[in-house]
Amino acid sequence: MKASLARRITADGLGLIVAICSAFPVYWMVNTSFLNGRAIRSPEPTWFPAGGTLDNYVALFSTGAFARALGTSLQVAVLTVAVALLFAFMAALAVARFKFVGRKAFIAMILVIQMIPAEGLFISQYKLLEGFGMLNTVLGLTLVYVASVLPFTIWTLRGFVAGIPAELEEAALVDGCGPVRAFFSVTLPLLAPGLVATGVFGFIQAWNEFTLALVVMSGEAQRTLPVWLATFTNTNRGTDWGAVMAGSTLMALPVIIFFMLVQGRMASGMVAGAVKG
Amino acid sequence: MQKYGLKQQFGAPPEWVGGANFVALVSDPYLWTVLFRSILFCLANAALTLGLGLAVALLMRELSKPMRLVVQGALLLAWAMPVLAVLTVWQWMFDTQYGVVNWVLTRLGANFAGHSWLIEPLSFFFVASVVVVWMSVPFVAFTLFAGLTQVSEEAIEASMLDGAGGLARVRHILLPSIKPVLLVVGLLQIVWDLRVFTQVYVLQQAGGLARETNLLGTYVYRLGIGEGQFGMAAAVAMFLLVVTVVLTSPYLVTMFRQEEM
Repeated sequence: MKASLARRITADGLGLIVAICSAFPVYWMVNTSFLNGRAIRSPEPTWFPAGGTLDNYVALFSTGAFARALGTSLQVAVLTVAVALLFAFMAALAVARFKFVGRKAFIAMILVIQMIPAEGLFISQYKLLEGFGMLNTVLGLTLVYVASVLPFTIWTLRGFVAGIPAELEEAALVDGCGPVRAFFSVTLPLLAPGLVATGVFGFIQAWNEFTLALVVMSGEAQRTLPVWLATFTNTNRGTDWGAVMAGSTLMALPVIIFFMLVQGRMASGMVAGAVKG
Repeated sequence: MQKYGLKQQFGAPPEWVGGANFVALVSDPYLWTVLFRSILFCLANAALTLGLGLAVALLMRELSKPMRLVVQGALLLAWAMPVLAVLTVWQWMFDTQYGVVNWVLTRLGANFAGHSWLIEPLSFFFVASVVVVWMSVPFVAFTLFAGLTQVSEEAIEASMLDGAGGLARVRHILLPSIKPVLLVVGLLQIVWDLRVFTQVYVLQQAGGLARETNLLGTYVYRLGIGEGQFGMAAAVAMFLLVVTVVLTSPYLVTMFRQEEM
């Protein structure tokens, strides 16, 4: 059918435009990070990093500020994931496997807390950490991060735990395993993918978070990567765009890789909840 | 609800002032300006994101397989980008002297050479909206597309036999079937766009324009962390919290109901 062919071609043409619109900024970031200062400051944009340079990346690591921010970000993110997973795991098991008084209230609370915007809480969190003497410390930032990712991690892990039939554990118990052994040799291995996915979510959130990092880590030496990037561009005299783009690329790389690993679950999880009703 | 100023920083106990912070706020016309601006920004962006996301999702149904993969890959890339990386790239693209946006617009015949985007409130919010919408469309598009793939083929075929054209099919079959997803995504979008902080804050730092462009989130920050008026800032934050909770309660109730079933 001719009409149908024309329709396909129009659709694919529009698709191409959508793809370009959404991928171009990412390409532009990577492209610029490989250009030298002259190419960046020329009136004509350079579209391909032909004969590119690694100077921007070298410059980035030569100052020390970037490496320090990278270190802080890594520490905070890893610590947050570790602590959040531990708590979330126990909470998820409890909520999915046991019936107890206040279980419904607990679930409701998780849902409500998840919706509360960080922007509404950072004043009280700031005062709280100030009282603890934990402003500008990795531990302080980790504390508020754990608090903010915990509801989401519990919620996701709960789904994974509920997906494992309790009969499997019971079968292991009947076969003579103790409850501890049944847990370690049956439940935990089955949960591994869930733990990985949830951990990745937590890592991405802690790695990208800006608002709380800005509020809690105000000292120059304690900046996390996002805060460092933000201060790097706000100088009114000529910004070194090559270095900024190199920094952004390095910051985005792990997130993009991790994101590709878990994205399927992200979309399907949210839709499953909405369509069923 | 406590008076919390510089004096209290030096050890004086906070004074209980009851509703005074709230009274001071409500009678400050600037709060209403900020509130109105936030709601306008939020609704405009949520509507734009939802519209574009829906358009992309509907478009994805029509694409050939390889093109669909390309589009999905590109959307995923945009979705995965960390906020700060997104902000730096768009700032660079909208750069006054060497930005690629000004270059393209000048090429198209408009005189945008050396145009500053961030020093005027209206174009400031235009840039902020571009950033926010660009970041949010992938999520909406993917979610709606996933919803669309669950619409039964029979219903679509039946409508084709009945002679329904493309538009009628979208309106009477596709949209009604994804209505629940559409509602949830719309609600989430509104909540997310209302609390927007990072994008506006970073662009403010770059453009040097704060008072004319403050939204609720940045207003709280500037009152509290910037000026040390923690009591007032907390009062504005309460505002934000209440609005959010009211807006999300229908979503939470449906989520909870599903869990119980």
